[in-house]
Amino acid sequence: MKKGLRNWRLFSLFGMMALLLAGCGKPFLSTLQPAGEVADMQYSLMLLSTSIMVLVIIVVAIIFVYVVIRFRRRKGEENKIPKQVEGSHKLEIIWTVIPIILLLILAVPTVLATFKLADVKAMNVKKRDKDAVVVNVRANLYWWEFEYPDYGIITSQDLVVPTNEKVYFNLSASDVKHSFWIPAVGGKMDTNTDNKNQFWLVFDQKATDKAGGIFYGKCAELCGPSHALMDFKVRPLPRDQFDAWVKKMQNAKKPVVTDPVAKQGEAIFNKSCIGCHAVTPLDKRPAQARTAPNLANFGDRERIAGILEHNEENLKKWLRNPARVKPGNKMSGTYGHLTEEQIDALAKYLMSLKVE
Amino acid sequence: MSTITRKKGVGAVLWDYLTTVDHKKIAHLYLIAGGLFFLLGGLEALFIRIQLAKPNNDFLVGGLYNEVLTMHGTTMIFLAAMPLLFAFMNAVVPLQIGARDVAFPYLNALGFWMFFFGGLFLNCSWFLGGAPDAGWTSYASLSLASKAHHGIDFYTLGLQISGFGTIMGAVNFLVTIINMRAPGMTFMRMPMFTWATFVTSALILFAFPPLTVGLIFMMMDRLFGGNFFNPAAGGNTIIWEHLFWIFGHPEVYILILPSFGIFSEIFATFSRKRLFGYSSMVFATVLIAFFGFMVWAHHMFTVGMGPVANAIFAVATMAIAVPTGVKIFNWLFTMWGGSIKFTTPMYYAVAFIPSFVMGGVTGVMLSAAAADYQYHDSYFVVAHFHYVIVGGVVFALLAGAHYWWPKMFGRMLNETLGKISFWLFFIGFHLTFFIQHFLGLTGMPRRVFTYLPNQGWETGNLVSTIGAFFMAAATVILLINIVITTAKGEKVAGDAWGDGRTLEWAIASPPPVYNFAQTPLVRGLDAFWIEKMEGKKELTPAEPLGDIHMPNSSFLPFVTAFGLFVAAFGFTYHNDAQWGLPVGILGLLITFGSMFLRSVIDDHGFHIHKEEVLELEKKEANA
Repeated sequence: MKKGLRNWRLFSLFGMMALLLAGCGKPFLSTLQPAGEVADMQYSLMLLSTSIMVLVIIVVAIIFVYVVIRFRRRKGEENKIPKQVEGSHKLEIIWTVIPIILLLILAVPTVLATFKLADVKAMNVKKRDKDAVVVNVRANLYWWEFEYPDYGIITSQDLVVPTNEKVYFNLSASDVKHSFWIPAVGGKMDTNTDNKNQFWLVFDQKATDKAGGIFYGKCAELCGPSHALMDFKVRPLPRDQFDAWVKKMQNAKKPVVTDPVAKQGEAIFNKSCIGCHAVTPLDKRPAQARTAPNLANFGDRERIAGILEHNEENLKKWLRNPARVKPGNKMSGTYGHLTEEQIDALAKYLMSLKVE
Repeated sequence: MSTITRKKGVGAVLWDYLTTVDHKKIAHLYLIAGGLFFLLGGLEALFIRIQLAKPNNDFLVGGLYNEVLTMHGTTMIFLAAMPLLFAFMNAVVPLQIGARDVAFPYLNALGFWMFFFGGLFLNCSWFLGGAPDAGWTSYASLSLASKAHHGIDFYTLGLQISGFGTIMGAVNFLVTIINMRAPGMTFMRMPMFTWATFVTSALILFAFPPLTVGLIFMMMDRLFGGNFFNPAAGGNTIIWEHLFWIFGHPEVYILILPSFGIFSEIFATFSRKRLFGYSSMVFATVLIAFFGFMVWAHHMFTVGMGPVANAIFAVATMAIAVPTGVKIFNWLFTMWGGSIKFTTPMYYAVAFIPSFVMGGVTGVMLSAAAADYQYHDSYFVVAHFHYVIVGGVVFALLAGAHYWWPKMFGRMLNETLGKISFWLFFIGFHLTFFIQHFLGLTGMPRRVFTYLPNQGWETGNLVSTIGAFFMAAATVILLINIVITTAKGEKVAGDAWGDGRTLEWAIASPPPVYNFAQTPLVRGLDAFWIEKMEGKKELTPAEPLGDIHMPNSSFLPFVTAFGLFVAAFGFTYHNDAQWGLPVGILGLLITFGSMFLRSVIDDHGFHIHKEEVLELEKKEANA
């Protein structure tokens, strides 16, 4: 009997744990499974504030339940007139002072964390440390561009960063306001049309492994019909692998196509797409001229259009009618009509664009 | 009075309402118009939840979803919550201070029609190309980029017109409360709801002008070639965010303070106790309003204002929790030692405490700037403000409706149906919004029209959608209750609940057109309760019975507001069509013409003679 009881207890404990873990969301996306210094700091602030607040809720709940049960008007009390109390200075002082103390406990770490998260001195010094990685993020209607000014390379949709070190970001938007958010790695910051925002993040290696090597990034500011679909992916790599990736990107030549179908695709691309899309990471045009995602490493990407599984079928679906996938996107109607054959060739060509 | 109205035909009743300047009838108008917009906003909310019930749903896609989401927010805040609160302010405040009407009855009517035509204009966008689609916050870069249709123009012009109405209402209440209190009613003897109305009116007076300025800038940019928000021409979009939130944050208090007022009345009445810590409640209300103007930038922590601004606004925001906490404890201790009667309004009031505390504590969590970088623009924020606005304001509106319905219409809403609809609403509310905290924390951004599977959001969204249907069911039952009550509800006496404390319960339900035959003498807080405790059934009069001066009805307020409605159409289309400019000018002529007529026509009002008053009072006493 006793053993049965213990088993039951164990079972319910596991049940609770499972529920709790499920409540913590996916490791590649949830703020409750912090994957770096920034998210860690924010998570502990969340825990601190939540515990203070749970304390408040408990106090209120106890008084509340007591009052509501104890002071009901019972049968026979229809004519009872309770004592008309004006108030109590002592009580009022208590419930003014205690909340102030609780808030001070929260305010101090909040202020400290706020200043620490805004510390971007290292990226703005005249002679920047060679190892400090800076990424210029440019948000556009439903796609993201990542430029590495120190390495002279540009990519889009998939952000590649080194793990276990501070990565600095310059954030801006080229059309309307967006907001750059990698929930598991740290809070968001807006990409404005007026100015450049700066902040930093750290991508923890262990957490990256746990998340399967990829974190999900989101646009967090309503930006138009496809705001919900303006996802990007983050691929953090150990420093040596990151350096190798940068080298490969820097050395990427204009793609050499051998397959005859892909060759045909290249011709179509050069006629209809190249005006906006670059196919080399070393795009020297100014930002205003880069009106579409850089496709240099398109074949290595995680997703088609940021959301669909990365395969040729989905790429064709996208090329046939981008508006069906992302309503309001800027590519629809810019390249005329393509036959099925042309789409096949184009897809073949695009999938062959690889750096790695 | 009711016998007189019943004899009139439908046309006469309609004309009566179109021309009325009586605060009680204007309250009915606000209640009906606000109620209709509330149903519309609720329907939009249901559409949103249906779309999000499962991943990759295609019920409302992309731009259309954004229109529904924008109109849900805009309608609920500007066209439902505020007008419904105005309905109760109009119905109750003059009665609570022992006045015969508001200070400016004509302006009162004008304010209503401005709100009404502004709201109507905004909603016309559904049939004319498309509704605004940049969120109720309508951030500048997105709303300037929204060029597919005139949606945003309907937003800027519609809200300007209804905003005029709101400011007029606020000025009216300020003047009324300062000047028209009955003899003996000092400021510190005013009922809490009147205090809340007073402070709220002051908030509106200072909060609406920044919004109006922002809206005018936006209108200039979109319709008249301005560049206020165009960075390429030296403009700045962040200015819009500041202007909007300098209005937007006080707006939250414009909604919640009257709600606090409603609950204060209900707690005291149904606990049969004086409001605990009345003077600290007044002080807390004023303090909340004051702080409310210094915290707007906590809506903009992620904009990039820098750590100094973020830290200051974070700490200032936390400070608001203190006076709010004072209020919560005062309500709890009002019930402490009382004799609590659980009526439908009291159900809502009691349920409000835990629900609102939940919204309040998440508010403090959001104020921690560094952590807010995670919460901001995620479903956590959606959960937070719905806990505050539904758990606070909507609960108050429902509580107030049940509480003052007998006073406004002379019939008691059915208590059983009221309680059924309460439980459905209460359960549905928590089902819908509690889980959204976790959706946000697990990474779901707000204002998304869809989401992909396998991100851990399926269950949460489904639960949330189910909850929304509970609330819809509660609303349907409330409507049935209203229909049944109107048809054959039980008629009530002046002190409908038997435990009334404030002046409105001392006169007939519904009150006669002049409210008080004799202006009452107020001898303390809870004036009617004091008289009752001394065994009296009526108030002590402060004046002898005499002729009562009343204002005349007028159709001009309707015409004045209608002129702006016409003008707004003209100016919206003045770039696309030849008729735009002339129609715009015609509309302005109608408005200024009727204002001119109002200025030149002498209107001295009329008197209800002493004998008629006596007769009416006798009839009431016999009924």
